[in-house]
Amino acid sequence: MDQIDRDIINGLHGGLAICERPYLEAAQRLGLSEDELLSRLARLLRDGVLTRVGPLYQIERMGGAFTLAALHAPAEAFEKVAQRVNALPQVAHNYERDHDLNMWFVIATETPAEIEEVIHTIERETGCSVFNFPKSREYFVELKLKA
Amino acid sequence: MTPSTAQQAVDAIDRALIVATQGGLPLVTRPYHAIADSLQLDPEDVMRRMRRLHEVGVIRRLGAVPNHYAIGYHANGMSVWDVPDELVDPLGEFVGAFEFVSHCYCRPRRLPQWPYNLFAMVHGKSRDEVELQVAQIADFLGEQARSHTILYSTRILKKTGLRLAGHKTAE
Repeated sequence: MDQIDRDIINGLHGGLAICERPYLEAAQRLGLSEDELLSRLARLLRDGVLTRVGPLYQIERMGGAFTLAALHAPAEAFEKVAQRVNALPQVAHNYERDHDLNMWFVIATETPAEIEEVIHTIERETGCSVFNFPKSREYFVELKLKA
Repeated sequence: MTPSTAQQAVDAIDRALIVATQGGLPLVTRPYHAIADSLQLDPEDVMRRMRRLHEVGVIRRLGAVPNHYAIGYHANGMSVWDVPDELVDPLGEFVGAFEFVSHCYCRPRRLPQWPYNLFAMVHGKSRDEVELQVAQIADFLGEQARSHTILYSTRILKKTGLRLAGHKTAE
């Protein structure tokens, strides 16, 4: 990753316009050609430096629901439990964490009722009890890390 | 600082656009034209709809989403705090205002296993950096925090973001 890559990551945090040629517009701001920006974005995605280029949707605004949930997976079953949790399309993110509750995941569904269904499915398929931590209040959300 | 959670109408065409773009925009010179072609829509209509979704907050942001490990943020600590319920709102607003806190929420306790009701995600280049930052939160909360801990993420198991099922045509 070089300085141009870092400039792209920092400059494109929320900076893609919705217009005919959004990459051209962004490239001009960054002092690059459109082709170079596109090929660098493709490489950064391929290398896993970027997980996505595009819109981040907020499902709650569409009547859907989000929750954070956790479970304790026994060490010997961890990979199998992770596979089964990850296999559900409603699981948006999943992190291993160093705690007795060692697997923490975000469930995003199109209806609030579906959250409970997904939790029951995970409990049935993994044999692990799921702790549901729906947010009662949001104080701040703005992940902006500088590359 | 608490955003409105007003629900927004999303029709079947909006939904098709969300399904088409939730994994990312095409990396081509005219991405909205490419999407319009694949869905047999008018590109101007696609852009108009995407702008509306952005304006009303269905699209939270539109840009490049980095893998924070890959850009050097190796330590991602979920700091969790047990604070009195009657103070959690003002304390949460203050904790959320620290520049190194990316997400801050009140969530329910799950006693006896889980006494914590305030969650603040802290990112740093190292665990030492995260611990210094968490110490600042601890200083601020003082005796209001009856206990706290940090759960570091040790591995990303999945990070795909939202996925709507592609086959549904619900409103």
